[in-house]
Amino acid sequence: MFRYIVRRLLQMVLTFFGATFIVYALVFANQDDPLQALAGERPITASVRQALTERYHLDDPFLTQYWYYMKGLLTGDFGTSLTGRKIADMMAQAWPVTIRLALISIVIAAAVALLAGVVSGIRRGSLFDNTTLVITLVLLSLPIVVLAPLAQLIFGIKLGWFPPTAGAHPSLFALFLPALVLGSTVLATELRVTRASVAENLRSDYVRTARAKGLSRQRVIGVHVLRNSLIPVVTLIGVDIGGLMSGAIITEGVFNIPGVGFNLFRGIRTEDGPLVVGFVSILVIVFLVVNLLVDLMYAALDPRIRYE
Amino acid sequence: MTDIKAQIDVLPGLDPRAPLLEVTDLHVEFRTQYGVARAVNGANFTLAPGETLAILGESGCGKSVTAQAIMGILDSPPGFITKGEVKYRGLDLLKLPESERRKVRANQIAMIFQDALSALNPVFTVGYQMAELFRVHRGMSRGDAKRRSIELLDQVKIPGAKARIGDYPHQFSGGMRQRVMIGMALALDPEVLIADEPTTALDVTVQAQIMGLLAELQQQRNMGLILITHDMGVVADVADRISVMYAGKVVEEAPVYDIYARPAHPYAKALLESIPRLDMKGQELNVIKGLPPALTSIPQGCAFNPRCAYVRDECRQDPAPPAYTVAPGRTARCHFWREVVGDE
Amino acid sequence: MSDLEAVAAAQGPGAGSPPEPRHVDKRDKPRSLAGDAWIDLRRSKIFWVASILVAIVLLMALFPTLFTSADPRSCALSRQHAPASGTAFFGYDFQGCDVYAKTIYGARNSIQVGVLATLLSGIIGLIFGLGAGYFGGWVDAFLSRFIDIVLGIPFLLAAIVMAKRLSADPNSNGVMAVTITLGVLGWTTAARIMRSSVIASKNQDYVAAARMLGAGPARLMMRHILPNSVASFIVVLTILLGTNIASEATLSYLGIGLKGNAISWGIAISEAGSYVRTAPGPLIWPSIFLAATVLAFIMLGDAVRDAFDPKLR
Repeated sequence: MFRYIVRRLLQMVLTFFGATFIVYALVFANQDDPLQALAGERPITASVRQALTERYHLDDPFLTQYWYYMKGLLTGDFGTSLTGRKIADMMAQAWPVTIRLALISIVIAAAVALLAGVVSGIRRGSLFDNTTLVITLVLLSLPIVVLAPLAQLIFGIKLGWFPPTAGAHPSLFALFLPALVLGSTVLATELRVTRASVAENLRSDYVRTARAKGLSRQRVIGVHVLRNSLIPVVTLIGVDIGGLMSGAIITEGVFNIPGVGFNLFRGIRTEDGPLVVGFVSILVIVFLVVNLLVDLMYAALDPRIRYE
Repeated sequence: MTDIKAQIDVLPGLDPRAPLLEVTDLHVEFRTQYGVARAVNGANFTLAPGETLAILGESGCGKSVTAQAIMGILDSPPGFITKGEVKYRGLDLLKLPESERRKVRANQIAMIFQDALSALNPVFTVGYQMAELFRVHRGMSRGDAKRRSIELLDQVKIPGAKARIGDYPHQFSGGMRQRVMIGMALALDPEVLIADEPTTALDVTVQAQIMGLLAELQQQRNMGLILITHDMGVVADVADRISVMYAGKVVEEAPVYDIYARPAHPYAKALLESIPRLDMKGQELNVIKGLPPALTSIPQGCAFNPRCAYVRDECRQDPAPPAYTVAPGRTARCHFWREVVGDE
Repeated sequence: MSDLEAVAAAQGPGAGSPPEPRHVDKRDKPRSLAGDAWIDLRRSKIFWVASILVAIVLLMALFPTLFTSADPRSCALSRQHAPASGTAFFGYDFQGCDVYAKTIYGARNSIQVGVLATLLSGIIGLIFGLGAGYFGGWVDAFLSRFIDIVLGIPFLLAAIVMAKRLSADPNSNGVMAVTITLGVLGWTTAARIMRSSVIASKNQDYVAAARMLGAGPARLMMRHILPNSVASFIVVLTILLGTNIASEATLSYLGIGLKGNAISWGIAISEAGSYVRTAPGPLIWPSIFLAATVLAFIMLGDAVRDAFDPKLR
């Protein structure tokens, strides 16, 4: 097990460097004039340009820039955005919001997916099951660019149940609608996996044995089937948490939530290289760590899996 | 055997002098999208304490379904018991409500299955699955249940039981796993044990060990054992009586030596003749031509008629042959059983 | 085989039928998995609904004039947000364009980008997955790490950055850029599925038998391994098509996808957003069409997957 963790950590390091390198390359190769993009319409004097170019190493060869960046990253210095703000500060402001949003989303999604999924799995082919299948199918296909604006229109504006935008320091209630929207993107798959897993496990031989042992139906399903069925779902939920944090760009944009995705999108738009790479680096790390934790959890849940 | 008397008092209607297990005219059908599969069409069995009854037959003849019907663990839907009685010491189990029926399972009648790896829950330790029986049915504490479980593992001869109680099913070998299942089945001292092809998935040497263990435990507890198998070699050593099943019916029932010496039903005869023997070297093997019928379309009359060497016109017509009495304690469902017996 | 399995498979040739000679029943021919799957598919309502939807959308993309004679680009500010009239069933948007016509014509770009991007992903995924699965060892380790790296980059972010990079030329309408972006970022799942199918097939006895008979790697891959790995691969691609269409709309919505004069559902939704309180139509109609199209492809992929899944028999 120890060797496995070490190997995974090494792979994570490799993946981290590879991913950040690619992002760095994408952002910086063939770059237009970022300083001009930043300044917008106002002209930049030669001396200002000179100073900024030096400070951001914009004249150095690409690999050198990458080296400077990585060095900074590994010493905890995320650098400065082209707007002048320290990226670490921007992150400190943006991350808590995104984390809260992601957590509320996953709680809603997991709760609904598990409950409805288990019931659907037990009663396959029932009205409840078919209805849930249809709803999840629709949810799966509704792109978030459709879901978010529509939800905002219907529940925020027309019905007025929730505030249509969240704003700078959103309360939990204000985050509910965006969390619901965000959660529904992962809910559908989680529900289906739960349903399939429960249905498959109900047909297992050990269920027959459990019944032959004179156990009650509640115990057979509630203890024996559930413990087996939840393994794939729990790991999926773990992976989804990682995905939710990085994928909330549209939701944050529509509902005006100043989280990681929102900042990132703005950074891409303004060609703020340091900002983009800084935020993406953190996202990559989060994603990798979450994946490792999920794999370890999988081994903890299923005794047949023992990594070497 | 300590708690037997107490158990009998638990269920009202039990008669200690009635036969241990008596299955009468059992009919089970499966309603599927392809039609109604008649899996069991009038099966009759009796079992006495200390007796071993072997149910023999090809795949698809209804033997497993019968066992599950007796235990009450049929998948329903699509399976339905449409007729018959399953009497445990005089009490018809089929008429009991599920809550009562559950008490009979594992306490009075227990069952073990073919593939122990899939029959045991992979995510719980062996100790947990065994202790569960004591905790649920006897209300024992965790500590007591654990101790009893270790004792049981010892009884089924698993070495180092105390250490292995915390192991998972996949950490045992095939034979050990089967012993664990046997231990689990016997935990609550049942009076009847149904073994559904317990050795089919095991090596021949391990088979012998397991069958030996079963025989020993049965003797110690004076337990009734129903052994379901398609392996005629296993049967000869272990069984007292044999019921041969075909297409959901018991076509011949006899003490083991009588069947081997002089079968009274063409199917039983053909089965025996199909066993390869050393003195047949160089000759063609005897096979029973044709295939067992699809349970959705069982032939009229005697179900075996398309494949039978003794077939006549009456065999193809309803009603199917009744269970003729060949000798005391011996029946055969063949109009022409005398011919079959005489041919030996 | 237990009795219950015998019951479940109760469809073999009836040996219990009367002994006169029977002509060969269609049921006697061994049914392949594909044959079984097709029979199941034919019975599935979802399959037919999805197929009809897909056919309609394809028609819209290929022959928009079948659906509307109006020109989506003939807009007049005088008609801004005008209600539905004549053949403009959905009314007019904030630029005075016919919403119905725009929606119909929007199908073309969506389908085009979706299909091309999926094809690109499919080819890359096939090569990588087949290579990694078949050759194993170093090749597999290298390719799998590469897949990990690509997966490590958040999809939307990479897509945004890439699309922006590629559509730097102000004259392009962004179709190529979006196609390449989606194609290059979307192949990972397909590659993984192909890889695991290949690994599973590679260890089968029939492959060992073919190798023993002298088959070289190319023949083994083409004739023996690939056909058995194809089913899941197709399912993944079908669903990928649905998500690519959604992704194109997402990128267009963000202003990174199709641009200039291009007509796309994503652009329409984006533009309609600001006016949604006064005129919800221009937001709602493209949304419905987009959702229905994505739904159709995902349903199709679902139905095909269920039909091929032996565990659901």
